[in-house]
Amino acid sequence: MIINRRDFLKASAGAAAMAALYGCASGSSKASGHVLVVGGGYGGATVAKYLRMWSQGNVEVTLVERDAEFISCPISNLVIGGLKTLADITVSYDNLKNKWGVRVIEDEVTGIDAVSRKVKLEKGGELSYDRLVLSPGVDFLWEQLPGLKSAEAQRRILHAWKAGPQTVALRKQLEDMKDGGVYAITIPRAPYRCPPGPYERACLVANYFKTAKPRSKVLILDANEDVQSKKALFMKAWADLYPDILEYRPNNELRDVDVAGRTAILEFDRVKADVLNVIPPQRAGQIAATTGLKLINKRWVDVDWLSMEAIGTPGVHVLGDAIFPAPTMPKSGHMANQHGKLAAAAILNLLAGEEPNPDPVLMNTCYSFVDGKNGIHVASVHQYDTATKTMQPVKGAGGVSAARNELEGKAALGWAQNIWADMLA
Amino acid sequence: MKLPPLLAAICLTGAAVSASAADPDLGRNLAATCASCHGTNGKAVPGAGMDALAGMEKEKLLQKLKDFKSGTKPATVMQQISKGYTDEQMDRIAAYFAAQN
Ligand SMILES: Cc1cc2nc3c(=O)[nH]c(=O)nc-3n(C[C@H](O)[C@H](O)[C@H](O)COP(=O)(O)OP(=O)(O)OC[C@H]3O[C@@H](n4cnc5c(N)ncnc54)[C@H](O)[C@@H]3O)c2cc1C
Ligand code: HEC
Repeated sequence: MIINRRDFLKASAGAAAMAALYGCASGSSKASGHVLVVGGGYGGATVAKYLRMWSQGNVEVTLVERDAEFISCPISNLVIGGLKTLADITVSYDNLKNKWGVRVIEDEVTGIDAVSRKVKLEKGGELSYDRLVLSPGVDFLWEQLPGLKSAEAQRRILHAWKAGPQTVALRKQLEDMKDGGVYAITIPRAPYRCPPGPYERACLVANYFKTAKPRSKVLILDANEDVQSKKALFMKAWADLYPDILEYRPNNELRDVDVAGRTAILEFDRVKADVLNVIPPQRAGQIAATTGLKLINKRWVDVDWLSMEAIGTPGVHVLGDAIFPAPTMPKSGHMANQHGKLAAAAILNLLAGEEPNPDPVLMNTCYSFVDGKNGIHVASVHQYDTATKTMQPVKGAGGVSAARNELEGKAALGWAQNIWADMLA
Repeated sequence: MKLPPLLAAICLTGAAVSASAADPDLGRNLAATCASCHGTNGKAVPGAGMDALAGMEKEKLLQKLKDFKSGTKPATVMQQISKGYTDEQMDRIAAYFAAQN
């Protein structure tokens, strides 16, 4: 199936409505061509919408996403903690299709030919492109945990590190657990998706146990030597809110799992849990990691920060968790959304025969909940540095919350509503 | 896709006014970094608790950012974010949001 221009235009919304959405033209409106985006998550949905918006509909955009709906990882820890439902974190692709004229195809990309500029689809057929954007997120290095290799093992010992059925299943395991049980969560060595995410999840499970199963315990088994994000704020929350419930053990790297015994096999120890939640070690999503792009540490794609283009593979841009991050840059949804806008601007320049903006800026804020109401944040601003050819954090900017507070619990929910709209509305 | 003539005319006028900027997309690109919280083009989701920036008078927006930087305007996160941008960048951002309606 090759999608031609006429089909594409038929799928787009009416011209007058589009012009009203786009507002006034600026430099990039000279761009035209077809951009194919793989993955409709934080990076991919953003780049798809912004390419349509900023080109005033002149650039055709096709988005291939294997799932029917977007389900957010941010806020999914509140579902696991029993404070939100899966419906609360699910957003449809309808606005991308109908309002922005993005052609959304529910399928999986299985191969890339960067020379003839085509990709292969799982359900059959090919799509051609002028520029390709990959935002596939992460995949797991199951080979490092032999006991979890089978699909059956992965159904019993959950990660819930991609939101969806696993999120609901982990919630169910916690509900089914007897009072007095142990929930253990294992954290891989950094870098992994969402540095504060595991600590937030531990807080929200402890928050659930505190009222519903007060004799139960939360055990964090961290491969790293220390808490990876917002350390002082998390440690204070644990000491103040969950002193008899939550225990943190650094330098405890998971080596394997005894699935039948629900036991984490560590270097020097074995820990049996009633609910064992394993966050496996990660690398760039399959389609970015196994299609010949240059990787760093065999895991993450090396990109040019002025365009998000993969180093050595012109025409292929990579965003989000799949890339080798710039100094202090986290793998976050907020950051993937920012990559999407940097890439959209650069792609429009390149399609118009112009150089990309030489001074891009990215910023990040990750909110975490420490209980049902109180939030904390970490923020940073990153400016392009010509000497090191990478994004560098601005000294003196950014930082963490002074203390946990309810205002930031509200801000975290407001952030989610606004970033989902920024991607998908 | 062509713009209707009237809209195209308004756009041309707008472009002429801001023609002093070297790269006409710079303000747009910078302002997009704020959109993750304040909404696409500063149009925040109503009722979600984040302030809209679209259509805010340029001088007013710049004053608020200055007050965040100096600490006179109390904030949870803006005091840290505002320090990451140069005055020139903030000027472009404020001009971009002021022009949204
Ligand atoms: C529990 C948890 C909490 C988090 N909390 C926060 C938070 O509060 N704030 C924050 O900023 N970040 C948070 N994150 C991190 C955030 O979820 C990720 O950083 C973000 O999703 C990365 O965006 P992405 O576009 O790289 O990948 P994703 O958002 O994962 O999108 C990838 C998409 O690509 C699709 N895909 C992959 N391969 C293919 C293919 N070959 N063909 C078709 N489709 C494909 C997938 O189905 C998926 O939809 C959290 C993560 C977790 C796990
Ligand atoms: C992480 C989310 C986030 C991002 C990103 C963000 N802001 Fe804010 N902004 C807030 C919050 C929250 C407030 C309320 C003050 C506070 O608590 O910091 C606010 C308040 C403001 C206000 C005051 C609004 C009013 O009417 O008083 C302005 C102006 C503003 N932000 C500008 C910006 C600009 C410009 C950017 C981009 C450079 C930006 N913000 C990026 C979260 C954000």
